[in-house]
Amino acid sequence: MSADFRQSALHPAGPDAAIIHNLSWLLIIGATVILLGMMVLLALALRRKKSGAPVRPLRWLVGGGVVLPLVVLTALLAWSTLRSAHLTRPSSQHAVKIAVTAKMWWWEVRYTDPASGRDIVLANEIRMPAGQSVYLGLSSDDVIHSFWVPALAGKVDMLPGRLHGMTVRADQPGIYRGQCAEYCGEQHARMALHVVVQTPEEFNAWLANQSKAAVTPTGALALRGRDAFVAQRCMACHAVRGVADEATLGPDLTHVGSRLYLGAGTLRNSPGAMAGWIADPHASKPGVRMPAAGDLDSATLAAITAYLEQLQ
Amino acid sequence: MRKLIPHCRISLSLASSRGPRLLGCALSLLLSACDSAHSPPPPASPAAIGNAERGHRLLAQFQCGACHQIPDVPAARSYVGPSLANLGRQSYIAGQFANQPETLVRWIVDPQAMLPGTAMPAMGVSPDQARDMAAYLYGLP
Repeated sequence: MSADFRQSALHPAGPDAAIIHNLSWLLIIGATVILLGMMVLLALALRRKKSGAPVRPLRWLVGGGVVLPLVVLTALLAWSTLRSAHLTRPSSQHAVKIAVTAKMWWWEVRYTDPASGRDIVLANEIRMPAGQSVYLGLSSDDVIHSFWVPALAGKVDMLPGRLHGMTVRADQPGIYRGQCAEYCGEQHARMALHVVVQTPEEFNAWLANQSKAAVTPTGALALRGRDAFVAQRCMACHAVRGVADEATLGPDLTHVGSRLYLGAGTLRNSPGAMAGWIADPHASKPGVRMPAAGDLDSATLAAITAYLEQLQ
Repeated sequence: MRKLIPHCRISLSLASSRGPRLLGCALSLLLSACDSAHSPPPPASPAAIGNAERGHRLLAQFQCGACHQIPDVPAARSYVGPSLANLGRQSYIAGQFANQPETLVRWIVDPQAMLPGTAMPAMGVSPDQARDMAAYLYGLP
């Protein structure tokens, strides 16, 4: 189990992020050079305060205040326009299309099942094949959020009632963390997601598995857990395909055991974390919409945990 | 130590004026006398059971904070289980087992084996890892 996955615009993993990375370094280095130049001029000016020829203000005003910015900013504009032209244009004409809907404070992720054409509803984790352009349809269910996976591309706002398209490509398999980049309320900080980039074969196998309904548990404990899941009315908010399909208030849990994280990047997925999360999600993510399980005895908690963890 | 055994310091200074062999003899005699008379070796601190620094990392890695409050462990602020801030001063673990280092280790490794039905799951912690965790928890101020 490794540490948290890298979320860094300084380690680009896709073509768009590489362009942004270049621009960032140009701005950082350019601004540093100009600042250092100014400081050198200032030092020189302070040293020759007493002697030397008088300063000619007009020359400095026109040179440093008009000509220099004009040249620098024009060059910068030309270069950034040229580079930005290479950024990927959003297009929905890609084989893999993913709808991402931001909610307070998690992400609903929908794929289209290539076999049946039906929606596969998932949450908080996006998987995509390496080297392929993928279309993301970004929207929001409540307030304004922003989709940002720094290693892959720039930010795209997610607005209620609008659909913003985005085409991304990741060149290498890996796991890239992203997070909401528009303040959206109490748990904006714990609204993260993970983009898992796999080889096309792995991706297809994963998607085929995710398209399936939940497996029927084999163990006695997990079976008890499934009954408790229903009895406790967990499915009032959470869908588990094959057990209870309707709910959309909370993340779909059909394959929750296969996810890397719980609570939109709050806890790494493990039986202990799952139990702690169910017992009191507010202890780990204060303000989350999921209520704490006030009256679960420990045996029921263990059973529900076992049930959810085997939903691979 | 010195305060407890002032006569030791005096004899030491006397001994130091003689030859080195004498000094060695005097010292060994002296130390054994002091040991038996005044200070039985203190019991090993419970924190010596493992490597506290490693334990600190392991407590974060196993996300013990999903249920417990643990001082200075990132994101360990939960109320699902008891706070572990004063574990070293507690008399009992899980309300019924005497708080001994090896007992705590057994508890961390497999709580269900000691108290079937407890809400704390076995997290897959090895005994050595549990010793390191115990070292950190016992070493808390």
